[in-house]
Amino acid sequence: MAFYVVQFLTGLASAASLFLVASGLSIIFGVTRIVNFAHGAFYMIGAYVAFTLTERLSGAFGFWGAIVIAAFAVALIGVLVEMVLLRRIYHAPELFQLLATFGLTLMVEDLVVLIWGPDDLVGRRAPGFKGAIDFFGQNIPSYDLFLIVLGPVVLGILWLLFQRTRWGVLVRAATQDRDMVAALGVNQKWLFTSVFAVGVFLAALGGALQIPRDAVHHAMDLRIIVEVFVVVVIGGLGSIIGAFVAAVLVSELNAFGILIFPKISIILVFLVMAAVLIVRPWGLFGRPEAPARKTPGLTVNPWRPLTSNERLASLAAFVIAATLPLFAGNYALTVGSEIAIFVIFAVSLHFLMSVGGLASFGHAAYFGLGAYGVAFLAKMAGLPMIVCLLLGPLLGCMGAAVFGFFAVQLSGVYFAMLTLAFAQIVWSIAFQWVSVTGGDNGILGVWPSSWAASPSHFYWLALGVAALVTIALRAMVFSPFGYALRATRDSLLRSEAVGINAKRIQWTAFVIAGTTAGIGGALFAYLKGSVFPDNLGISLSVDALVMVLLGGVETVSGAVIGAIVYKALNIWLVSQTDLSKLVLGGFIVLIVVVFPKGIVGMLEMLAQRRRKTSPPGSPLLAKPIESAE
Amino acid sequence: MRAKNYFVGAAFALLASGMAHSALAQEIKIGEINSYSLLPAFTEPYRKGWQLAVEEINAAGGINGKKLIVVSKDDGGKPADAQTAANELVSSEGVAMLTGTFLSNIGLAVSDFANQKKVFFLAAEPLTDAVTWSKGNKYTFRLRPSNYMQAAMLVEAASKLPAKRWATIAPNYEYGQSAVAVFKKLMSEKRPDIQWVDEQWPPQGKIDAGPVVQAVAAANPEAILNVTFGADLVKLVREGNTRGLFKGREVVSFLTGEPEYLDPLKEETPEGWIVTGYPWYSIKTPEHDAFLKAYQAKYNDYPRLGSIVGYQTIKSAAAILAKAGSTDPEKLIAAAEGLSMPSPFGEITFRKIDHQSTLGAYVGKTALKDGKGVMVDSSYKKGADYLPSDAEVEKLRPKD
Amino acid sequence: MSVAPPLLAVEGLTKSYGGVHAVRGVSFSLRAGEILALIGPNGAGKSTCFDMLNGQNKPDTGHVRLLGEDTTGRKPREIWRMGVGRTFQITATFATMTVRENVQVALISHGKQLYNLWGSAPNFDRGEAGRLLELVGMGGYADRPCGELAYGDLKRLELAVALANQPKLLLMDEPTAGMAPRERVDLMRLTAQIAREKSIGVLFTEHDMDVVFEHADRIIVLNRGTLIAEGSPAEVRGNPQVQAVYLGEGLLYDAQHREGASA
Repeated sequence: MAFYVVQFLTGLASAASLFLVASGLSIIFGVTRIVNFAHGAFYMIGAYVAFTLTERLSGAFGFWGAIVIAAFAVALIGVLVEMVLLRRIYHAPELFQLLATFGLTLMVEDLVVLIWGPDDLVGRRAPGFKGAIDFFGQNIPSYDLFLIVLGPVVLGILWLLFQRTRWGVLVRAATQDRDMVAALGVNQKWLFTSVFAVGVFLAALGGALQIPRDAVHHAMDLRIIVEVFVVVVIGGLGSIIGAFVAAVLVSELNAFGILIFPKISIILVFLVMAAVLIVRPWGLFGRPEAPARKTPGLTVNPWRPLTSNERLASLAAFVIAATLPLFAGNYALTVGSEIAIFVIFAVSLHFLMSVGGLASFGHAAYFGLGAYGVAFLAKMAGLPMIVCLLLGPLLGCMGAAVFGFFAVQLSGVYFAMLTLAFAQIVWSIAFQWVSVTGGDNGILGVWPSSWAASPSHFYWLALGVAALVTIALRAMVFSPFGYALRATRDSLLRSEAVGINAKRIQWTAFVIAGTTAGIGGALFAYLKGSVFPDNLGISLSVDALVMVLLGGVETVSGAVIGAIVYKALNIWLVSQTDLSKLVLGGFIVLIVVVFPKGIVGMLEMLAQRRRKTSPPGSPLLAKPIESAE
Repeated sequence: MRAKNYFVGAAFALLASGMAHSALAQEIKIGEINSYSLLPAFTEPYRKGWQLAVEEINAAGGINGKKLIVVSKDDGGKPADAQTAANELVSSEGVAMLTGTFLSNIGLAVSDFANQKKVFFLAAEPLTDAVTWSKGNKYTFRLRPSNYMQAAMLVEAASKLPAKRWATIAPNYEYGQSAVAVFKKLMSEKRPDIQWVDEQWPPQGKIDAGPVVQAVAAANPEAILNVTFGADLVKLVREGNTRGLFKGREVVSFLTGEPEYLDPLKEETPEGWIVTGYPWYSIKTPEHDAFLKAYQAKYNDYPRLGSIVGYQTIKSAAAILAKAGSTDPEKLIAAAEGLSMPSPFGEITFRKIDHQSTLGAYVGKTALKDGKGVMVDSSYKKGADYLPSDAEVEKLRPKD
Repeated sequence: MSVAPPLLAVEGLTKSYGGVHAVRGVSFSLRAGEILALIGPNGAGKSTCFDMLNGQNKPDTGHVRLLGEDTTGRKPREIWRMGVGRTFQITATFATMTVRENVQVALISHGKQLYNLWGSAPNFDRGEAGRLLELVGMGGYADRPCGELAYGDLKRLELAVALANQPKLLLMDEPTAGMAPRERVDLMRLTAQIAREKSIGVLFTEHDMDVVFEHADRIIVLNRGTLIAEGSPAEVRGNPQVQAVYLGEGLLYDAQHREGASA
């Protein structure tokens, strides 16, 4: 019996650190609607700064003082980031802030190694909480007890802050209705900055408090960020209580789950999230999101098919690309093939995200399923390459059909997180089912048949498929189905009122996007000759998001450019420098600030401005005159 | 699709960077790939090791008079990126062979690439037995003692312990799984009387140490096998110390004696664990002394195991290239098979039967000395003594 | 009494939330070509009633019949397919699409081409889209992005969209809310004209009594969930109960006083 009590308390202690970080993320999201990918980075910096300070300052006061100073110092960094970077992009398309914070995260991962060195750092134990307390023969670390108390205390302080101060009232109001608070004449800028500071403070505090238990190292951020997102979503976005309950739920399920299924930890949180979201689409304590009021005039660049000149230009570009094998070496061709494959992957996500308004955080699942489909067919059934290429993507299609059905019942961030959960579930199956998938050692020897084996032939194959896919998806944007899909994105209410079964349209789009991603994955398997769980992983899903956002989420074909720029740059940087993350992150941050509509979005805007300056009376300017007729 | 213009631009950029090579006849290039950005704690000392080797080789006149150049690439911890890097090294840089890699899945990916493209590959670090056995191929050789060998070394010591009730804690991926499987198999062969009472599989890098320690303690084992390393190990040791998990229990642990993993533990270092590792401070052989002196003189730092691996990888590659007198892969294979050479750990041989080197490891016990973790009572275990019989190896390895 | 069923027949609609009756036993009917206004003070149950007609909400008891066919509990999109067009109190349009595309979406849906992946949507029924836009006076705006239209134009666009499936019945929730007085008159005049020409029944809710009394053929009045009056504008105007609800006791007294004085 004592064992179960202690196991429960141990779970609570794990929950406390999770809650600290999650509450900060939840507050930031609730008010600013920023999906703060850098939250884990702030957590990590908190731990590093606290490590340095606790090594310098001696004694009990030194230790605890260092923890608090570290949290404040990192909060200041947070303020700086908010003011310099995020403020510029609040009005950018949704999720663009994700791109900015992703860039920051990349930079921080390299920066901490440059500053603090590559070794794992192990800090001091907390003065006064070094030992353990005996509980009927079981030891409970006293630091765990401290954390168990700290969790509810922080919850209480936050509750008081939100219920009893004017600032808290404003924050709560803003969580429910941002526009309303803006309309009330509250200085939104400083509200956002202060909220961001509080959130970052909590993250850094959570990191600093790990000093006595953990090693400080440069991958701490990734270890926690996804889990924290999951906790926030399970609890309900913006709900502090929800974050607390979810943290406890997840930690206790893990603490007791491993007694029965020791391998459960790897997937537990995602199973819980998927279950919760299917039953309660807004998390345990969340409320249905009020549909965001679209700022009129934000996206007023109507999509149109290419003019015949543009078609010729595209064809010319394609022909030029197709001549690459005449003068480029094998390496350049292989890189070209890889880029072409990522173009397929990116345009498939773009179709779902830009045309359908459904931003998937787990799109790699279908890419990877396509790759595994090929690997199964080639290695187990021994089918020829062409058959594998045709049938392999069907695994992606089937995955998308099953998961998409549940995912499209949700929208916004909840949709994103459910897709993430599904992707992680697929990933862990690939990772765990060693007898079938080879586990993390993957499936090897999936090499192309002789007709496609040479780099130039494979390049032409990849380029041709990429062009076909891009053309097909572009045609779909301007097909009746594409119009219907855009209609469901713009207004669910109106689309239902003109007889459109929105969920089924979105589901169809999900399956189309998943199958297309599967085509990319199938080619990828042959390009690399092997398949690994990485092909389904979070970082690949994030790569796809970054490509779409970089190209411009509001454009028809921005993803093509986004994929080419991001992938080429990535490959080149990784090849040239060990600090590729720092440079790439810096580049992304720069792009975000300079091109808040993405690369293609910016080009279009420039082109439009040029058009507008020549003929007088642009639609926008002419409008008031005509309506006053 | 103005897209395509950028495409071509990007291709040109890549092309230009690739053209820089134009291998001079007076140079021999080796391609090297490792997870520099993902695992700097291991790969930084590793890099220092191979840089030292390059310097020594060129100071001694290079390889058959040609200057040795190592072109190094980061794989970011991703098999797919490792293959891109391998491709660049082979296609653009024109390297004579590939070396390196740390993670098992990356080692396997590059090995498969080497097999497909018919390139010689000397795997430095990946531990999985598959590299030389179940997924072994003719182009791939490996330097470090494999999972099986390290398990066999540990079993030798562990089987002498009186403990009958054993629990295991291992990271939930191939390395952890196969380490546990081999250890269990070899252990049960020697000690049919032991029982396996619990196993814990925390996700790699994400151990929730408190509940894991509690769960193991609840099974009340007499001895524990640990396979976790890095930050997971730190958390496990700290929780275990606080909760008294290791009190009165024997612990056998993979790799924990390597400075990379032992040094961060500082005063938390548990005493009396049976570990494999690298006690650079207590190795007194002329070969190692020479290496240690050169390393400390160059870097003003002590070597980690990664330094040894990096150093010996390039030394081995150079020896193979020198013997082959050519960069033809077939000749390199012929030269490497059965080739013996000196190393800081004494003479090693690349076996013809499975391309595994006989580099060994040190087995000893952990101890706390002046607030730092050290290995004591250590002795060198020659790799050759811990490999299965040739007949068994024949069965494990696919026919080329 | 005619043998053919009325266009819309509502019978005993009831809906309660947690014991509070939002709508209680409401019955009425509507003929083709007739313009019927549903009015009542705030909280009278207009919106609840309206939502039960268009499928947004399910009644606890009661039935809604369209040309004799029961539509109770059907989804909005199914009701639309039966020939019911609708507009919203706060306009709901496809903001990133052009005015023509908005209409085309409805035409695509009407033509059951929603899952057509290969056709050309920009050329889909362009003529009909143009005619509908001309009909509501939006012909010159076809290529404008919907997101930059003035509010009154959005309302007219919604009307065009609502007409795309050649509806038998139009449901208009506060059609003139948020519009300038002149625009209101224009829009309702247009609606009435179209309804009569095409013999479409129109049911609308409205706050602006000038609009109601000028354009409705008939008016039904809800208060606290029950139907308290029904009749021509003149009848409803003269109904003391309606006056009481709308004008409050004091004003009712005023009205009686004035009547008394004139007597």
